Amino acid sequence: MNREMKIGLLETMLKIRKAELQLAVMFKNGKIPSGAHLYEGEEAIAAGVCANLRTDDQITSTHRGHGHCIAKGMEPRRMMAEVCAKSTGCCSGKGGTMHMFDPSIGVMGTIGIVGGGMPIATGLGLAAKLQGTDRVAVSFFGDGASNNGAFHESLNMASLWKLPVIYVCENNQFATSVSVKRSTPIEDISVRAIGYGMSGVTVDGNKVDETYAAAADAVARARRGDGPTLIECKTYRIRGHFEGDDAIYRSKEEVQAARERDPIEYWKNVLLGDGTISEQDFIDLNEKIEQLIAQAAQFADESSYPTPEDALKLCGGNPSLLVK
Amino acid sequence: MADRRIRFVEALREGMRQEMERDASVFVMGEGVGPHGSCFKQTDGFCAQFGEDRCRDTPISEQAIAGAAVGAALAGMRPIADLMWIDFTTLATDQICNQAAKLRYMSDGQVNVPAVFRATTGRLKSNGAQHSGSWYSWYVNIPGLKVVVPSNPYDAKGLIISAIRDNGPVVYLEHKMLLNVKGEVPEESYTIPLGVAEVKKEGSDLTIVATGYEVTDTMKAAAMVEADGISVEVIDPRTLMPYDSDTILESVRKTGRLLVVDEGFRYCGYGSEIISMVVENAMECLKDRPRQFTAMHSTVPFSPPLEEYIMPSPVKIANEIRVVMGKSLEPEVAIR
Repeated sequence: MNREMKIGLLETMLKIRKAELQLAVMFKNGKIPSGAHLYEGEEAIAAGVCANLRTDDQITSTHRGHGHCIAKGMEPRRMMAEVCAKSTGCCSGKGGTMHMFDPSIGVMGTIGIVGGGMPIATGLGLAAKLQGTDRVAVSFFGDGASNNGAFHESLNMASLWKLPVIYVCENNQFATSVSVKRSTPIEDISVRAIGYGMSGVTVDGNKVDETYAAAADAVARARRGDGPTLIECKTYRIRGHFEGDDAIYRSKEEVQAARERDPIEYWKNVLLGDGTISEQDFIDLNEKIEQLIAQAAQFADESSYPTPEDALKLCGGNPSLLVK
Repeated sequence: MADRRIRFVEALREGMRQEMERDASVFVMGEGVGPHGSCFKQTDGFCAQFGEDRCRDTPISEQAIAGAAVGAALAGMRPIADLMWIDFTTLATDQICNQAAKLRYMSDGQVNVPAVFRATTGRLKSNGAQHSGSWYSWYVNIPGLKVVVPSNPYDAKGLIISAIRDNGPVVYLEHKMLLNVKGEVPEESYTIPLGVAEVKKEGSDLTIVATGYEVTDTMKAAAMVEADGISVEVIDPRTLMPYDSDTILESVRKTGRLLVVDEGFRYCGYGSEIISMVVENAMECLKDRPRQFTAMHSTVPFSPPLEEYIMPSPVKIANEIRVVMGKSLEPEVAIR
């Protein structure tokens, strides 16, 4: 990894972190019409994996997908305006926090149904193969989805057909309120890859150099036609399942301990330690991104809502009976 | 070759084959579509002609079959996902109803899902409770899905070609009792627009809207009641969503009476929708209360006398027509 790439990873993680914390504030201030599932503490996964992807590579993501959109190249303001349900959002307010798209940069959908994106990513990989390209597909999902049939059907199919798909399990320890210890009888979800005859690996999801390296291997394997990989990234969901979740199912001490393994602090210290950046470089970068996110928040806040009649565009149904 | 007569399944196959020849992005995937050529030979010969990449056997993983079709469609392919029996589509409903149906809308038109989800539907002698479903009204209820139920070989071919070329997801259902029925089918490629009904028979006393196999039963019933001096107009919607409300309303305005004949169940069923639409839009034209004649609200039984008891038939439909026209005092079954 060269200097530029190392700093790029830090920049992506900072963008995601600051955007999410800003959204948390906007949620408290009533600027978001729904709840929101924030990605704080998991930034090293989206950043490390997507740094290996080209613009034409495609991803599916989850209800906790803001970070993946940014890491894949979406401007924060388009993401934040969508979360705020505005007409300037990436889906003009039709998708919202759980359903974001931008096919021009390969964001083929953050999917609100747990596991739902996995068969779709499998199909994106199938298309890449049928079309004779070396494009790859990445499916981000959680530990919860790994207990859903969609996971097992997808891995089996992708391995059978040697599809160029990377399945990235963000094991953040919780499926909504249920600890992975209460839902999953194995220590490492990556061992499930063995059952499908494919490669599987577990990495520290809070270390962006580890997620980057695992994804680099997997992407190379996919591009050369050697099939899918399951990457389990162990991390911790710092926030509740959604903003406003009282999270009584875990202790404050547990959360505090997780906070001390902050992925951004870790990577900052690596880059300071090896001389890639100076303290001043970090301060400058931090400031630049704070400004970017502040402007994005202002853009989202000041943008207008869609006009009500836009609801019926693209809705399907019987044209002659639609509006009475 | 205008008078060429071929079976429904051959017409369907020919439509798919011609689209696969025309457009390299069209491919078929599903359980047994490969060398075996599908349960009812819908894809017979495709493997030899197009190779196993484009005629792809799959594991029995309905969620992954449907989902991979969604993903491939997002990336520019035109997949035909064969889910074999409509009863098995329950295992794929997240991908059909939550994903395929919604992605275009949620993305504000940035992505399209040009996928066809095919399955057989309806009864076939003693297929039993879990292989005799007529659940198309579930899919009609989902904004973003189109639902096609052809009633004859000509329509089977024209509608599958339209379904494949459509830029959105289409649920295409093949009635098992129609698969071996022969009809006139031109050899050249042609389309039938989705959402356009066909008036199968003109009449003046009563409009019957019938779906799928019930078009066949209803045409027989209409011939039976001619002796009673009853003139029936029969409409086949062909596409259940979007459906051709204009043709149905025009007919009811002429006849003043409506009966819907459907193999699906009545509660929140297709007949309920058609009656509701007609009452909302043309109440003033109705000379009598509209009725529906459906399969009884029962799990489909195995034993032939039981199955026949709950299903519509030409004789039962004819009797229902006489009831509607006031020429018989008793409906065959008062509460269905």
